[in-house]
Amino acid sequence: MAKKTIVPKKTPMPEQPAEERIHNYNEVPYGYTEEQAIAEAKRCIECAKPLCMAGCPVNINIPGFLKLIADGDFRGAVNLVKETNALPAITGRVCPQETQCEGVCTLCKKFEPVGVGRLERFVADWEAAQGALPVPPLPPPTGKKVAVVGSGPAGLTVAADLARLGHHVTIFEALHEAGGVLVYGIPEFRLPKAIVKREVEYVCSLGVKLVKDFVVGNAATVDELLEEFDAIFLGSGAGLPWFLGIPGENLGGVYSANEYLTRSNLMKAYRFPEYDTPIARGQRVITIGGGNVAMDAARTALRLGAKESIIVYRRSRDEMPARAEEIHHAEQEGIIFNLLTTPVALHGANGRVTEMECLKNELGEPDASGRRRPVAIKDSNFCIPTDIVVVAVGQSPSPLIPKTTPDLKVAKGGVVTVEEQTMKTSKKGVFAGGDVATGGATVILAMGQAKIASKAIDEYLKTGAW
Amino acid sequence: MYKILKKQVLSDLVTLMEVSAPQVTRKAQAGQFVIVRAYEESERIPLTIADFDRAAQSVTLVIQQVGKSTMQMCQMNEGDEFATVAGPLGHPTEIEKYGTVICIGGGVGIAPVYPIARALKEAGNHVISIIGARNQSLLFWEEKMRAVSDELIVTTDDGSYGRKALVTEPLKEILTARQDIKKVWAIGPAIMMKFVAATTKTFNVPTIVSLNTIMIDGTGMCGGCRVLTTDGAQFVCVDGPEFDAHRVDWDVMMSRMQFYRAEEQAAVEQWKHQCNLASAA
Ligand SMILES: Cc1cc2nc3c(=O)[nH]c(=O)nc-3n(C[C@H](O)[C@H](O)[C@H](O)COP(=O)(O)OP(=O)(O)OC[C@H]3O[C@@H](n4cnc5c(N)ncnc54)[C@H](O)[C@@H]3O)c2cc1C
Ligand code: FES
Repeated sequence: MAKKTIVPKKTPMPEQPAEERIHNYNEVPYGYTEEQAIAEAKRCIECAKPLCMAGCPVNINIPGFLKLIADGDFRGAVNLVKETNALPAITGRVCPQETQCEGVCTLCKKFEPVGVGRLERFVADWEAAQGALPVPPLPPPTGKKVAVVGSGPAGLTVAADLARLGHHVTIFEALHEAGGVLVYGIPEFRLPKAIVKREVEYVCSLGVKLVKDFVVGNAATVDELLEEFDAIFLGSGAGLPWFLGIPGENLGGVYSANEYLTRSNLMKAYRFPEYDTPIARGQRVITIGGGNVAMDAARTALRLGAKESIIVYRRSRDEMPARAEEIHHAEQEGIIFNLLTTPVALHGANGRVTEMECLKNELGEPDASGRRRPVAIKDSNFCIPTDIVVVAVGQSPSPLIPKTTPDLKVAKGGVVTVEEQTMKTSKKGVFAGGDVATGGATVILAMGQAKIASKAIDEYLKTGAW
Repeated sequence: MYKILKKQVLSDLVTLMEVSAPQVTRKAQAGQFVIVRAYEESERIPLTIADFDRAAQSVTLVIQQVGKSTMQMCQMNEGDEFATVAGPLGHPTEIEKYGTVICIGGGVGIAPVYPIARALKEAGNHVISIIGARNQSLLFWEEKMRAVSDELIVTTDDGSYGRKALVTEPLKEILTARQDIKKVWAIGPAIMMKFVAATTKTFNVPTIVSLNTIMIDGTGMCGGCRVLTTDGAQFVCVDGPEFDAHRVDWDVMMSRMQFYRAEEQAAVEQWKHQCNLASAA
């Protein structure tokens, strides 16, 4: 093969300037044009042994779809991506590509990797622009009924897969809107809700029934659902927010990230009073944490009018688990990073938070996660004045379903125990996948597990063998 | 969508709605609540299930006008539909035969205390009920409460009806006069529940309150509803809504409930202004 000339840097993706976008909720990057996409796809050096595919949790045929884009065959490219990833418009926007496909790209050794995420997004958006998708021909109904609990990426994936196999699927969703974290957590400026809506509508077009406002565990237990359904998939996510347990955490103005983001995204508090749900708008907002959730909260605070939006994180920048692009965008927008800092107390007046007391840390030995452990420096206490505090330090699965399902095994942290090859739980007929089985993870891992579960559920429905 | 089957104005501020909600009635029990959203743009607000009819698949909600959302709800009519009614949420009331018990309902709290009093009576308890309101025009369900109580005391703050007193006054008298009170339930404004808790504490009588903190999801996902108790922070929507009154930090709870007062007032003002414009046009 003729050796290609290497283009060292990614084709830049146009985006809204930082000073403008902090005053609106519109999506930050605009996406590639057809010409830009073709140019970026042509950067692929077509390795004999491509590493990118193995780096992808759902093994998208990356070299294949890049080649099709380079040849201008966008329809072919999107079809190829969709063979293994049903939600490319979403994953193209939210996957941590730098630790997956792009992180292992051969170009990475010396140059910037191929912008696989941007190209994935490009083909998905290209397809959406061609008009509504035709419903694929569905096989004759099998007569089997499956209940899917939760309409996040895991639930939507299982529902679509099983509907395409002719099973009758009903999704039960606790909230009034389908999409899970994609609608209540991830903000509009990062993932437009119209995209999520389109995907949900597509899943429903396959004959999937969506029942909203239905809290499994309360409105019906898993055992009660088993009386009516042949199998159940639990895709109920990891919705229980963690707090720090420090003094002052119950003061007014102290939010979990889930609450702050749910008010803003799901309830559209950023459009108050046009929408009725209020949200506190402070001059200064401190977000605690270093993951995607923390970046989303801190950037939301700016858009709600904060003059200063500060991130307090106990380790250093290198240990921050957020996607590289989120940290980059946050920095561009002027978020202030207070690293190696641990909050120890919140102080307030008249029931409202007014300042955060912190300790300075230094990095010690690596801990179980392999990251260097933050060690507090004695007597380094200092205070940061603030109007609002958002706690974004993690979440675990809600205990509601395990509590009402006595024979469902859960491990430490409330995570539902599953067999990894099949996503079977300890309870016959019940499968689980996504954040409920991993603890807070990623959209693509949730979908990957959902794919495994779909196969195993289909098998179980056909054979009845557990 | 959840159709309003029946509407009845109970007092100047309080309206009863019977709403079709088959998903809720299948399992609803006394003490549980639902999350209701009137329109697409509305807040999600918690309302206690005041009654339910499994055959008709309807729940009875009693709504007090406190902000824009509840005012809008009370303006809706039979045949209109709520955008969301999700539930039943929270734990049901623990009903047993305790002996002699007291049920206290203050203002709109009379509605949720009614099914509890009824269940306690059916379980064979001697039920003494105390219901109270600021004035006569805010009182309702006196006869319903009488029907499920062995003794009923009615109070108003201004003396416009019944005895001129706060509910804690007859409560204290009963607790002083008789030693056989096994348990007290109190539902009403936070300040009332706080003082009931203080009163029963001195007599060491176990007391259950149903808390009405600000909620969003009602499923344990946001933590916005949390209260501080002697067991640490608890989520009202999943750990409650009923709590041991003597374990609740009332001041923290009340200050959290005040948090959006300015926003709530602004929303009401703006909405009234719009209504005026609409009626003038
Ligand atoms: C703010 C935020 C930002 C994130 N950013 C990223 C990112 O950039 N990239 C990335 O890959 N990942 C990100 N994640 C993580 C990612 O969103 C999750 O890993 C993913 O959504 C998990 O999918 P899921 O289907 O397992 O669960 P979820 O998306 O959590 O969906 C679960 C659904 O189940 C419903 N449910 C729960 N309990 C019940 C019940 N009892 N009955 C009925 N329904 C129920 C919930 O309401 C919810 O709709 C982010 C998460 C958050 C919170
Ligand atoms: S209302 Fe969100 S956790 Fe209780």
